[in-house]
Amino acid sequence: MENLIYIFFSASIINNFTLAYFLGLCPFFGVSGRLDTAFRMGLANIFVMLITSTCAFLLDTFVLKYAPYLKLISFIFVIASTVQLVEMIIKKISPALFKALGIFLPLITTNCAILGLALFQVSRQYTFVEGIVFALGAGIGLTLALVIMAGIRVDVELAKVPKLLQGVAMNFFIAGMLSLAFMGFAGLFSAG
Amino acid sequence: MSSFQAELGKGIWKENPVFVSALGLCPALAVTNSLINGIAMGFATFFVLFFSSLLVSLFRKLIPKPVRISLYILIIATFVTIIDFALAAVLPDVHKALGAFISLIVVNCLILGRQESFSSKNSVFLSLADAIGMAGGFTLALSMIGGVREILGSGSLLGYSLFGPSFEPWVIMILPPGGFFTLGALILAFSWWKQRRDKRLEAEEPEEMEPNQFEGWAV
Repeated sequence: MENLIYIFFSASIINNFTLAYFLGLCPFFGVSGRLDTAFRMGLANIFVMLITSTCAFLLDTFVLKYAPYLKLISFIFVIASTVQLVEMIIKKISPALFKALGIFLPLITTNCAILGLALFQVSRQYTFVEGIVFALGAGIGLTLALVIMAGIRVDVELAKVPKLLQGVAMNFFIAGMLSLAFMGFAGLFSAG
Repeated sequence: MSSFQAELGKGIWKENPVFVSALGLCPALAVTNSLINGIAMGFATFFVLFFSSLLVSLFRKLIPKPVRISLYILIIATFVTIIDFALAAVLPDVHKALGAFISLIVVNCLILGRQESFSSKNSVFLSLADAIGMAGGFTLALSMIGGVREILGSGSLLGYSLFGPSFEPWVIMILPPGGFFTLGALILAFSWWKQRRDKRLEAEEPEEMEPNQFEGWAV
């Protein structure tokens, strides 16, 4: 149980996927303009991550033992089909949400956080439960980073920023400071 | 030949994938805590982009449109697997330092983006020029980030100490926040340089325009 708690907090806060591993930077900078889109994007990511984690575990146990060179190709295909499936389900159940997510839904396929999650999970030899907790932690961490970033960016829009600094450069400096803040969590477990 | 050079040159500076288009950011930040890692990542990307562009442009008339993205990903994943195994065999130290990020070249938006926007529409010759230029620009950007971070963060370059023992390294520069700050500063410098050039061009233009206008007005 303690191990599971550690995995969860490690993935979500201490080694936050976006701010410490630089995974999923494209949506991090692309979708963080508005708070509600950022939150919904985070939720969609959590969902895809949970399914990917399950599939990666099954693939690793039953297929990759016999053909390790298929790792990347099989993972990327699982992710692409999962995203397609999620897209179809959301479209059927809630057309409004489908419309709100728009282009960002298919773009989850090329989000490195999802493939990174599958690769880390396999290389760290997590069991099924550990993998699910890891995926949940990573997804929540991603959502957290997205929502905080969106909140700051909404406020920065009202501030007087030098013209040259506006846009991409400013976002990088904000992200750097956020990353600095998250580094403070590094001692969370060794201290206790 | 001139278009060959144009395709080759645009990726390196004018449409630099990292500084101008902000593509492929994950590897650009994650592995660049030293110059050698940046160069290694650049070359791995170079290999994948070059051969994917070759295959895609070669078969561009045969690939059916509805399944093209999956096919591109399959092609890219194959070459990434090749370079992954090759690096593990030839340069095990570099492979260990880059870790999972070699495999993550598959989802580098730069590579898929070039296939979709360039190689699928142009001849093999031009596609290869484009691939070399873009990968060259990517390697250049990674080396710049890696160089800055290594000099400030460890006080050395390519493992050789630069400032002597009295230098206190900024450890933060080789940690994650340093990556964001370095890339932010480089993008800032890049857009400053671009703005100055645009201003200079604007300042020059009216001088050329005026005589024409005057002539037109006189006639």
